[in-house]
Order: sequence, then structure tokens, then C-alpha cells
Amino acid sequence: MARKPAAASQADATSPAPTNIPRDELLKLYRDMLLIRRFEEKAGQLYGMGLIGGFCHLYIGQEAVVVGLEAAAKEGDKRITSYRDHGHMLAAGMEARGVMAELTGRIGGYSKGKGGSMHMFSREKHFYGGHGIVGAQVPLGAGLAFADKYLGNDNVTFTYFGDGAANQGQVYETYNMAELWSLPVVFVIENNQYAMGTSVKRSTKSTTFYGRGEAFGIPGEQVDGMDVLAVKAAGEKAVAHCRAGNGPYILEMMTYRYRGHSMSDPAKYRTREEVQKMRDEKDAIEHVRQILVSGGHASDDDLKAIDKDIKDIVNDSADFARESPEPPPEELWTDIYAEANA
Amino acid sequence: MAIQILMPALSPTMEEGTLAKWLVKEGDVVKSGDILAEIETDKATMEFEAVDEGTIGKLLVAEGTQGVKVNTPIATLAGEGEEAGDAAQPEAAAAAPAADGPLAQKGKGENSRDETGEAPDRAPAAAKSAVESVATPEPDASPDWPEGTPVRQMTVREALREAMAEEMERDEAVFLMGEEVGEYQGAYKISQGLLDRFGPRRVVDTPITEHGFAGIGVGAAFGGLKPIVEFMTFNFAMQAIDHIINSAAKTLYMSGGQMGCQIVFRGPNGAAARVAAQHSQDYAAWYAAIPGLKVVQPYTAADAKGLLKTAIRDPNPVIFLENEILYGRSFDVPVLDDFTVPFGKAKIARPGKDVTIVSFGIGMAHALEAAETLAQDGIEAEVIDLRTVRPIDYAAILASVQKTNRCVTVEEGFPVGSIGNHLSAWLMENAFDWLDAPVINCAGKDVPMPYAANLEKLALITAADVVEAVRKVTYR
Repeated sequence: MARKPAAASQADATSPAPTNIPRDELLKLYRDMLLIRRFEEKAGQLYGMGLIGGFCHLYIGQEAVVVGLEAAAKEGDKRITSYRDHGHMLAAGMEARGVMAELTGRIGGYSKGKGGSMHMFSREKHFYGGHGIVGAQVPLGAGLAFADKYLGNDNVTFTYFGDGAANQGQVYETYNMAELWSLPVVFVIENNQYAMGTSVKRSTKSTTFYGRGEAFGIPGEQVDGMDVLAVKAAGEKAVAHCRAGNGPYILEMMTYRYRGHSMSDPAKYRTREEVQKMRDEKDAIEHVRQILVSGGHASDDDLKAIDKDIKDIVNDSADFARESPEPPPEELWTDIYAEANA
Repeated sequence: MAIQILMPALSPTMEEGTLAKWLVKEGDVVKSGDILAEIETDKATMEFEAVDEGTIGKLLVAEGTQGVKVNTPIATLAGEGEEAGDAAQPEAAAAAPAADGPLAQKGKGENSRDETGEAPDRAPAAAKSAVESVATPEPDASPDWPEGTPVRQMTVREALREAMAEEMERDEAVFLMGEEVGEYQGAYKISQGLLDRFGPRRVVDTPITEHGFAGIGVGAAFGGLKPIVEFMTFNFAMQAIDHIINSAAKTLYMSGGQMGCQIVFRGPNGAAARVAAQHSQDYAAWYAAIPGLKVVQPYTAADAKGLLKTAIRDPNPVIFLENEILYGRSFDVPVLDDFTVPFGKAKIARPGKDVTIVSFGIGMAHALEAAETLAQDGIEAEVIDLRTVRPIDYAAILASVQKTNRCVTVEEGFPVGSIGNHLSAWLMENAFDWLDAPVINCAGKDVPMPYAANLEKLALITAADVVEAVRKVTYR
């Protein structure tokens, strides 16, 4: 299917989207992306009602990145990201209820309400946060990969960061060591073109982030991050590189966030038309919907049933997140130190 | 069934706003993402998007209306049948108690926040610092090793090396990383021989990139390893302090107890000789301020060994502050198969009845020298070595001050916001009636460390400073 590139530099993309994807797989990709979209819309709504406080960074528009890469992962692989993390958690299989209840600061949240939107974790789902300091997750992700290599397994760590973090010094310290020690880490740059309100072009003269690993010997490629099939294909290639012991790999995902940087972003740094154009022409979910319909894989009723199912999950999570109690006062003093057991 | 569209909160501080402009009119069909209105918040003018699909029914608030409270219905939306029960309806009080969640729910608190935005009173009446709970009313005065145990003389450097080697033998997950720890055999020779013994998998030379390798160390700890991260000196750890504090110390709490970080950050701390301001600073008070960290600063070789072994086994991030001047000094170390020293247990290094001198790390050298001098004048000082400054053994300090009624603190760090400042405040709150004199803090001078030999000497604390302080508090 012919698709317009997400940005001018998109022409560099090297992993074309495959065709002939099985129906079940397409449906799962569609469903997983739709869950994130609807979850985030609901989170935005709850924020507007004052049920979610502080910072709340929505992932709407970027869903294809995490869903495509999760489709390339196996059990045991790890993932770590920044504070725009709700989509990553849902894609990793974490429960919508636990995520939403963390957003509302309730005991039923993944961090018992003590982490909030930006700080959630699940050892069970190998999700290592949820980090609030821009760029900090990059060496942390390499450290997770260091542990896997040390332990001698073949797990890979997906380390997500944005185009803003890509200008952080610690990213390049990490590139250097990750290649030096052949760490099995996929660096995923989610280039949504704006670091808060500063566009890539206003941040750097070196705008092709995937090429910045070259100085350290790390291969990289740019991917249409609005095309979940292209993302999956690129992810499989990167993961194979890492699992084979060849060290890290960089994927620059050309993507776009429809909403503001956080809920309190008046979005004066880009035009309404630019956002609308991306929504109309590049939307990742609509893309898969069209494939499903035009390929005869799914009827309108099939898709409506999925929509309904997703809406139920999201509404259930919102109900749970409102009804779950706040953490009891004693929780203020727990989880500061782990018990010594030696 | 119509959905009510509510006045949204569009910033963390917004309580009301101005409905500047409607961008839809009654009867318009809208879908998710369409802009409904422009709303002026306390910070900016924002576009307000639709979440649900449907047809705009009534506009309930006219454009230009100021002071519209958050959550006031501003319009109605006739949705499709399946959306009728959507949560956009104004909030009645939360209904039934929560069903079983994906995560364990402990306790049920009052759910008051929806309506008032106020958090319930969270602090228990007798709020204790997280590390204070370690202190017990009765100080633990037991000896560090059983009487009759053979001892041998060992330098602090050798003691640290033995501690690491023993723990690496004991636990495969323990490894050492840092600058020049391997092939160079350690910038201060602490890790001498460890590369030969354990190989490059477990003794990892890093590039000179503290920010990056500290983060990799923390990530490795998240991944189940037990890293010892050596900083060539703690001055350079300032490049890595974000990972020490934000990534290592806070994650257990932020994850609701799921994600601990078992890691030791160690290296020389404090003033070395004639290296000037950027290489001479004591960070004990900085790190001691952070809940989630444990902070150790040993003086003797026995403590260096026993405390480092405890640090490596501790499931929390531990800051282990060594001292270059002390590396070559020798002390008795017990000959035991597995000698450890617990955290939060101070040691009475010299008993006395006239004044309590509290110190740690190299401050102990000045404290003990002062006590010797004072003894010649008939003043018997009790010298307490804290050994760990987080947790602090308050019980030991209190018991001693109740006996001597006087206290002097000794440390090498800057005087503002020092450990001594904290102890003074703590004693004022907890031992006011026992004190016969104000507590005096002996600390380094409030200046960057100078290079010139004479000025450097003036900037550092000395035993003479301690003697003078003791004379003041004993009025002798």
C-alpha cells in the first residue's frame, strides 16, 4: 500500500513493510494499537476531570511503534522507556486497570499510587519503567542488556527514547560502551519531531538520528513509525542482530504525537493543519483498518466488535481507577528500603 | 442518552477557566480529536478536543464566560447507543468498592480526592525518618568480634580488597566495574589482583564516562546483578549523581516495592593532599540526605572490610565513602571466615565520661588525637565512631550524651548542612534536658579547598579545633 512518508527524511527508510500478513496477526496489531489509543483518550478525559494530577504525557499517534516492536519480541525480552510510557506498558501486556489506577494515584495501581504516570514497573512483564529524567533510561537499558549478557541468556532489551533525549550526552556514553561490550540492546528513537515544543530542526543540524551510532560502529536505520508492519519488520531485523551477539542496533522511528507534550501544552509550536494532516494521511490505526477491510480480512461488524471490546476494557479500567482507594497513610513509609536478607 | 461534556482541567493547577470560544455549534457531528472549544487556563489558551463521537446537543455555557469551574457541564453530546454509559457523565461519588484488581489491594481508604482535590492527612503523628527506625532505644554495645578472636594488622586498602574478593567468591552476581579497576590494577590499587583472579567478565574496565557507566551499573542491578561501581574519586560521581539518586535510590519507592537496586558505589571521598578544590570534598552529608540510600564511611580497616561486605549484600543502593589518606594505614582486623559489621551500629572507640565526641571516617583520626590530648589535662572524652551516616545510630549518641551532657561533632565536610548540624538539631529535640552546653560542630572551613600548603592546612579540621571545642563545652 502506497503511503506518504511521515516526514521529508522518511525517504531514507530501509525496511519496507511486508505484505501478506496473516489475518490473526493483523487483527492483533489493530486491537493492540486501538487499546492504547482509547486508553490514552480516556486518560486525557480523566485528567480533564481532575482525577489524574501532575504530568500526563499521552502516546496518541505513536501506537505503531510499541505495538510493532512488541510483535518482534519474545518472552524474556526487556523494555524500558521515558515518561511517555502508558502505551509501552499496555503493549507489554500490563493490565489496563493497574496502569489507569496508577494514573489516578490509587492503591490498585502498579506502584500502589506512589509512582504516577511517569514511574511504573512490572518485573513480571519485563517492563523496567517509566523514567522521568530525559535520557536516563538509555544507560539503564544498556545495563539491563549488560545483565542478560553477563547471565548468558539471549534476551534483548528495547530501550526507547525520544528525539529530545537523543541529544543527551549520556546517550553517546552508552552507545560507546554498548558497542564496546556488544550489549544486546535495541535503541529505539521515537522521533515524533518535537522535544516538548522544540522541533528537531531547532535542536540540531544532525537530524538523522539513526546515523549517529555510526561513529561507534552501531548500525542503524530509519523506519516509518506510522506503519506497524514496517516497524515489526525492522524490529525483527534488529532483534536478530542483537541475539546473534553482534551488539546493539539503532532504530529511528519516524512518528508523530497528536496531542501536546503533556496535558498542559498549548501547542503553539506547530499548526493545527500539520496535526490534522498527519491524522488524516498517516494514522497508524486507520492504516491497518484499511488493510483489514480492503483485504477482506474483517467486516465492519468484526471491527465494531473489537471497538466495543476495547471500549469495555478501557471503561472498566477507568471505573477501577476511580473506585480503587487512595493508598493508606502507612504507605508513605514503606518501600524506601528493601529488607536485608543476608 | 446524552453525554455531558465537562469543563476540563488543562493544567496541574487549573481550577477554573474562561470558555473563550466555541468552535462547534449545536447539531454539529464531532469525532474524537475534533476541537470543540478554546479555553483559557491559568497558563495559556488551549484547544479542547472531543473524546467521544456524537452530535453536539446543547451548548450549556456561552462563549466568553469567565470563571467556569473545572467539571462544570459545558455542553451535551448525543452519542451512539453503545456510548451512552460513558464515563464522561459528571461524577457521582464513587460507587461500589473496587472489584479484585490486577494488583493486590491493601486497605480501603476514604476516597475523598475526587471532589475536593485534597489529599488526606498522610503523615502519621509520630513521623519517623525512614532510617531512624533502625535505631533502638538501647544502644547495641556488643563487640564487633568475639573476645579471643585472633587479629592481624592490615591496611584499609587490603581490607577493602579482601572484602570484594570474598564477596565475589561467595556470589557470582557480584562484579566490579569502574575506571582502571582491571588491567591498571586500580588507580589506588584497591582492586589489585582481582582481574587475574576473576577475569574480565567480573572486573570490568570502563571508559571515563561516569554518567554512562553509573547508569549501566544501575540497569544491571535492575536486571538482577549486584554491581560494585568504583568511582576513581567521589568528586567524579557528581557526573553520575542523577543515576545514584533518581535512578538507584528512588526506584524501589516509585515502583511500590517491585524494583530494588542492589548496588554499591564506592571510592575515595574527602580531601586528598594538595589536589585543590575539585578533587577535595566530603560528600557524606549530601548522600546522607537521600531516603533510599545507605551511606557508609569507615575509619578502621576492620570496619572497611566488615562494612563493605555488608554493603555488597545489602539489597539497597549503598554509598561507600573511603579516604585516600587512610588507604595505607594499618589496623587490627579479626581473622574470621566471614566477618561483617552491621549498618546503623556505632562503635565507642574510646570510652569517657566528660564529653561525647561524635565522628566518622577520617574525622575519627582528629577526634581520637584530641581525646588523647584532653586526657592529659584530665578531660575524659567518649569518642563515638558512627561508621554509617545513613542509618545513624541515634541510640548510641543519646546514651553517651545522657552520661556526659556535652557533645562535639567532628567531620571533614563543609559546615553548612553538615552531619553535625543534623545531630545538633536531633539532640536539641531529643536530649535538650540532658545538655549542659550547646553542641559544637567541628567541620571543614566554608571555603573551596585551596592548593597552597599553608592555606590547605587552614581549611581542614584539626585535632586542635576539636580540643578547643571540647574546652568550650566543658568550660575548662
